[in-house]
Order: sequence, then structure tokens, then C-alpha cells
Amino acid sequence: MAELKHHDEPTHHEHHIVSPGVYLAICATLLVLTATTTAVSYVDLGEYNTVVALAIACTKMTLVVLFFMHIKYSSKLTKLTVAAGFFTFIVLIMMTMTDYISRAWGRW
Amino acid sequence: MDSHTLAAQTADTGHVEDEHAPFLRHHFESVPQQREAATFGMWLFLTTEIMFFGGLFCSYLIFRNWYYPAFVAGSHTLHIWAGTLNTTVLIVSSFTMAMAVHAAETRVRRALMGWMIATLILGCGFLCVKAYEWHDEWVDHHVPGLNFGPESFLHGTKAYPDDKLPLDVAEKTQLYFSLYFLMTGMHALHMIIGVSLLTILLIQVRGGKYVNGHVAPIENFGLYWHFVDIVWIFLFPLLYLISRHQ
Amino acid sequence: MSTILSLPDQSTASLPKVSYLNKEYGLKSWLLTQDHKRIAILYLIAITFFFFVGGAMAALIRLELLTPQTDLLAADTYNKVFSAHGIIMVFFFLVPVAPAVLGNFLIPLMIGARDVAFPKINLLSWYLFVSGGCIELTMMVFGGVDTGWTFTTPLSTHYLNTNVVAAAMGIFVAGFSSILTGLNFLVTIHRMRAPGMTWFRLPLFIWSYYATSFIFVLATPVIAIALVLVVLERIIGIGVFDPAKGGDPLLFQHLFWFYSHPAVYVMILPGMGVISEVVACFCRKRVFGYTAVAFSSVAIGVFSFFVWAHHMFIMGISSYSALVFSLMTMLVAVPSAIKIFNWSATMYKGSITFDTPMLYTLGFIGLFTIGGLTGVFLASMGMDIHLTETYFVVAHFHFVMVGGMVTAFMAGLHFWWPKITGRMYPESMGRIAAVILFTGFNLTFFPQFILGYLGMPRRYAAYPPEFQVLNVFSSAGATVLAVGYLLPLLYLTWSLKYGKIAGANPWQAAGLEWEIQSPPLTENFPVTPIVTHEAYDYEWLASKKGSEVPTVG
Ligand SMILES: [Cu+2]
Repeated sequence: MAELKHHDEPTHHEHHIVSPGVYLAICATLLVLTATTTAVSYVDLGEYNTVVALAIACTKMTLVVLFFMHIKYSSKLTKLTVAAGFFTFIVLIMMTMTDYISRAWGRW
Repeated sequence: MDSHTLAAQTADTGHVEDEHAPFLRHHFESVPQQREAATFGMWLFLTTEIMFFGGLFCSYLIFRNWYYPAFVAGSHTLHIWAGTLNTTVLIVSSFTMAMAVHAAETRVRRALMGWMIATLILGCGFLCVKAYEWHDEWVDHHVPGLNFGPESFLHGTKAYPDDKLPLDVAEKTQLYFSLYFLMTGMHALHMIIGVSLLTILLIQVRGGKYVNGHVAPIENFGLYWHFVDIVWIFLFPLLYLISRHQ
Repeated sequence: MSTILSLPDQSTASLPKVSYLNKEYGLKSWLLTQDHKRIAILYLIAITFFFFVGGAMAALIRLELLTPQTDLLAADTYNKVFSAHGIIMVFFFLVPVAPAVLGNFLIPLMIGARDVAFPKINLLSWYLFVSGGCIELTMMVFGGVDTGWTFTTPLSTHYLNTNVVAAAMGIFVAGFSSILTGLNFLVTIHRMRAPGMTWFRLPLFIWSYYATSFIFVLATPVIAIALVLVVLERIIGIGVFDPAKGGDPLLFQHLFWFYSHPAVYVMILPGMGVISEVVACFCRKRVFGYTAVAFSSVAIGVFSFFVWAHHMFIMGISSYSALVFSLMTMLVAVPSAIKIFNWSATMYKGSITFDTPMLYTLGFIGLFTIGGLTGVFLASMGMDIHLTETYFVVAHFHFVMVGGMVTAFMAGLHFWWPKITGRMYPESMGRIAAVILFTGFNLTFFPQFILGYLGMPRRYAAYPPEFQVLNVFSSAGATVLAVGYLLPLLYLTWSLKYGKIAGANPWQAAGLEWEIQSPPLTENFPVTPIVTHEAYDYEWLASKKGSEVPTVG
């Protein structure tokens, strides 16, 4: 009976406790990345300043999501939920941009 | 083996204890089910938060492309040191929050309280720095709608003497500051909510809650806190950094 | 196909001694309840109230349009009345009606759970909904708003001195109610299913509510931020939507319709779920192409995020972008058509009985097909330039929303009424009301297609005299339609006390919710059910009925 209570999907995920060492390492990495991104902003890279800054921000976000927020150890469902959120965000940006990018092109 | 000894045995391994945990709500079958539901619910809430901030990020993207020079000049007025400091403070607070969740999972009350207090102090520190920055912007007449004036962008500044914008371009800096205040304001609002929730949780922990295996509220608050951190991780480069050299 | 639908012996069926309705008494036990079934009832009461407020506004609109001149309402008042009609009907009736009433009541029952995942949040969402509604009603008492339900900028931010801020805040608050409801359903469907209830054993109702909930969660926050921006624009003039300060009024529309188009599917997907259940039951057949219908719900939910700018074709967006949105919009017709074809195929060679829910369902299929196909007209850009902002659009979305959603809701309400209350409504009255509703609806809204095609614009209190004949038809139909809605209100209320006792399964329908007593116990299932067969297993049910259960009638 006890076995029957569980669903077909892997809901009974063995809960993973991340060790403090991992947290400390991630925190250190994040601080290094913060220093890097601030330092790089003083170097003139032209438009690549934006690219580098956003790349570093994405890396930091990934680290926070994977380790601090335990996504690395989470069920597939949680991972998919995060993905759905970002996907819809991208849809909002991209589809709005189809208008703003081409609005100046005039009529056809 | 009769049923009595069986029950005693499972009690040793902690399973029976969990099935009758006082915090297990009646409509859930088991503690893991309840915890997974709470985590999943929290993540769904965070996706709504992504979309809420998404509207603002989308607006920022559009207007930055439309009024690039004005946005560059606007971002030159921010204190880069304050932004870096605040980023550091938030990242460390995320770390302390992660440690708080760890302490709750390992059921150590003193550590839990310590890490939560650290998070609380760091969160308040962030808000103080932010308030200092806002005050500066108020003094410089950079608050859209309330006391905005484009004058400071007409003649260049000490740090950026080239920021001499024609009047119509200088007026567009108002949009930069609108989005700056909207985004940092919404973020600070989330911080204030977070700090308030943290205070409530802290009082409850002091009363002995959340160290008996009922981790979900602490864990979910942690998720919220990290999310707010992530928003700032993007606001920092977008508002402060990427226009430094243009 | 030898099954004959027969009602259980009404003289021997009796109401269960204990049920969720009589477990506790008193107003407090209702207002502080965490039982999903009682919360559904709370929603039903609130929503019915808003429906009749919105309906009264509609009555005023139709009365005004009886004559070409503005003789009943001044133009300003007319603007406020149609805005009130739109805001109440969209945000306080159509969006919450099926999810919050039928969803709250049925999702835990259908998947074999004892409650939704977060009962307190469920109650909170009802209070948020009612608070939002109260803000809206107060706003209307103190002068109303005349932006229309779309709050289009710069009209709403710069040119009006009505209560835009209050109206926006009311919707903002109610929006949180939708988000929490959607969140609750998603967690419930994922985490609370009974053992054996696999994804492909779920009733199609659940699939469509799943897609609806995702739209709630992902789209609603965007309108929240859009409305916050409108409020700030009005109060302190932040300039984001102000062309004079370099802002873009169209940005508001992008954000607004990013929510409001998916919200249109929030207003139809749950209806489609209801129809799947009813069709299967009254044709005594498994829904044809279960998987296709299930995935078409998901597909509609996903596509809904890619089409919003079809509301903005004439507003000045890029023509290239409009082309993309136009094509994406036409794509939505595919999953919608899959559903229509599959329901028709289910009916083919089924042993159909024409009880009230089935009559509503047949009405739905016809009206939704017309509404959906005219949507394809509007999605093609050339047609849209001719038809947009005319009564053609009004007729189109009323066919989908009222002809579709409200009809489907009526089907669902009648179908599950015995489960909700434990009593039957008078069947003959039900059938009469269904026919009146269908007739009245067509008489009201079909002339509006013609009016729109001939060029009568929406949102005006006056019109050229040559449009009067069709407008009189429409107004006459509205009175018939009103009877079609008042009649169920009367006999359903009557049946609460005098209706025949229904018994556990009056329709002999398949599904977990029919295996328990009506009205159900507070904890729904005395023991956790174990699901061993697929949804809509009517052939199995027929054999069981033939051998084990004596049928009457
Ligand atoms: Cu649409």
C-alpha cells in the first residue's frame, strides 16, 4: 500500500543536502565574477562591454540557480518549470522585438 | 515479528515519525509529498516573478535602443562603487541564506538563527546603500515626474565632460531614470517584503519552529531571496556597467 | 451500443447524512472554510453576482442602441457603461468563472485528491477576487471609467479624467487571485493525483485546466506590470507611455495583450474541458482521439503566447511583425479544429441522449465554430483592416466568449449540479432554457456580424439610421437571451430545496467524482482511490451496469 501512494513520476526525490563547502565555493566564485565584471567595465571593448557584462551576469545567475537554489539536485519537473519561465520571458522579448526592430522599415 | 516490534523498528529509522509529523497537513499523504508540493508551488510563483520583471526588462531593452545616447549619459551618473558594493552585499546575503537553509536541514537552531540574522543585516544594508543612491538622485533632480530636470546633461560632468547632450536628447534621460527607478524600486520592494518575511520567520524560529524537519518555509523563503538576488545580478550590469565606456 | 441512459430510482435515492454542505453550519464556517468545494460555492455566488451586474450593463447598452440617436444614455455615460460591462465581464466573470468554480470543485475530485495543494491560498484567492471586485464596484459608483476594458494608452493615461487608477488597481488585485488559483491547480494536478492516475488516464477536463493554469501563472504578471505603469504614468508622469517624453503608447498594448490574448484562451479552454466530459457521457463513448484532444489543449496554451499583436494590426506596429503574428494566429485554428472534429467523431454512432448538458454542448459546438472561424477572418490582415473596431469584432468575441464559454459553463453547471448540491434540477425546464439561450444568442449576435461588415463601429452610442433594423433585432434577441440566463438562476435555486434527490451518479457517468456520494464528504474520498482504468471507459461501465447494477427506467 505504501508503494502505491507514490505517483508514476519520480516525485519521491531523495532530498539532497548540499555541503557548506559547495556554498562557500560558489559564493567565492560569484564575488570574483562581480569584481571581474566591474573591472571589465572600465576597459573599452566597444559593444563587447555589453556582451561580456551580460555573459558574466548569466553565469552568475546559473550558479545561483543551480547551487543556491538546488536546481542541480531537483526533480525534472522543477527544472522544466524554471525552463518554462525563461522560455516565456524570451517569447515576450523576441515577439515584441519583431515589432520594434522592423517598425522603421516602412511599408511593403 | 509482531506488529508492535515492527512499529518500534520503523520509529528508529524515522519513518513512522514522519508519517505523523505535526506539520503534515491532512490532505497530503506524506511529508515528502507536502514538501515537494511546496517547492513546486514556490517555483511557479517565481516564474510569475520572472514575467513581472520581464515587462520592465523588455521596456528597458526597447528604450535603450531608441535613446542610446541619453541612456549612456544617464547611467554615467550612477555610482559604480555603490552598485558593486550592493552586488557584493546581496551575493553574501544569498550565501548566508543558503547556509540558513542548510542549518534548518541539519536541525541546528543556533546556526539557523545566526545565518538568518546575518541575512537580515545584509538585506537591510543593501536597502541603506540603495536609499543613499536614491537620495543623491533626488538632490541631482533625476527623479522623473517628481523633480526631474535635464540641465545636468547639457554641459557635461566632471567625470564625463563629453556628456553634452542637445536639449531634446537630454530630456530623454528621463526615460532612463524612469526605468531605473521602476526596476530598482520594484527590486527594493521585493527586498523590503523579503526582510519583513525574514523577521517573521526569525521570530518563529526563536519559538522553536522549523528545526524539526519542517524545512519547507525556510527553504521557500531562501528561493525567494535568491531570486531577488538574481534580479539584481542583471540590474547591476544593465543599469551601471554596460554604458561606462560609450 | 445497447446502453440506454437511465436515471437511478429517484424514489429510493436519499441524501447522505453527512456531506461537505452540512458538516458545519454558520456564515463563519463558510467564510473561513478551506474546503475546495465550499470555496467553489463561494466563487459561484460572487461570480453570479458579477454576471448579473455585467448583464445589467449589457441591457443598458442594448436599450440605448435600439434607436440611432443617443436618447437613453448620454455619450459619456454610454462609454462608462460599456467599459463597466467589459471590465466586469472579462476580469470578474469570464476569466474566473470556469477555473474558479468548476475547477475548484472538480479538479481534486477528478484526480482523487482530498483537497487542492494549498487550501489557505485557495481561500486567499477568493478574498483577493472579491476585494478586486469591490474596488471595481466602488469605482463605478464614484463615477466609473470610460477607457473600455483595454485601458488603451494614451487615452487612459492622458486624455481621461475618470477613475482609471482605481479600475486598474481592482484588476491588479484580482489578477493575483488568478495567479494563485493557477498555481494551486498546477501543483494539485502534478502532486496530488491518486495512485494509478497517470497523465493519460486523466479526464480531458484536467488537461484543459492544466493549460489554463499555465496561462494564468505565466501571463497574468505581465498585465500586472502594465497596469502598474499606467497608474504611475497617471500619478507622477513617468513617461514610459507618453510620446511627448519619448515613451511609446504601443508598448502598453504589447504588454497588455501579452496577457489579454492568452486570457482569451483562459476564457475558452476550461469550456472545452467541460465539453469533452459532457460529450463522452451523453454519447456513452470514450472521447475520440483522447491524446489529440489532450495535446491540442496544451498546444492552444503554448500558441496563445505568440499571437497577441493581432489586436494591434491597425495601431501602427510594423507590417512585417504583423505578418508573423497573423500567421501564428491562423495556426491556433488547428488545435481548435482538432477538438471540434474529435467531438463530432465522438458523437458519430454514439448513443446520444439529449439531456440539458448535451443540448448546451451542441449549442457550444455550433457557436464556437462560428466564433472561431470568424477569428480566422480577423487574423488575416486585409480583412482585419476592414473589420477591426466594428461590430464584427464584437460579434466574433461574443460568439467565442458567450456562445462558447458561457454555454459551456452552463453545460458544466447542469452536468455537475447533482454532484454539487445532491439534487436534480427540473429537466424539462433545463431543456427549455438551453433552447431559449441558443435562440436568443443567435438573434442577438448574428446581426452584429452583418452590422460590422457593413461598417458600424463599436463603442458609439449613436449610429446612422440605416443600421436600425439589425440593431432592433439584436436588442430583441438580448431580451430572449436574458430570459435564457434568468430561467436557470430561478430553477437552479428552486432545486436546492425541491429538486429530486440525485444519488451518487445520476448520469451513470465515468470518472472518480461520480464514484462518491453527492454531495461529497468534506474529505472527498473515505479511502484513497486506486485508479486502474482509463478515462471515459463507458463500454466497461455498460457491462458493469448490465450485470451488477439493476437499471431503472
Ligand atoms: Cu487575441
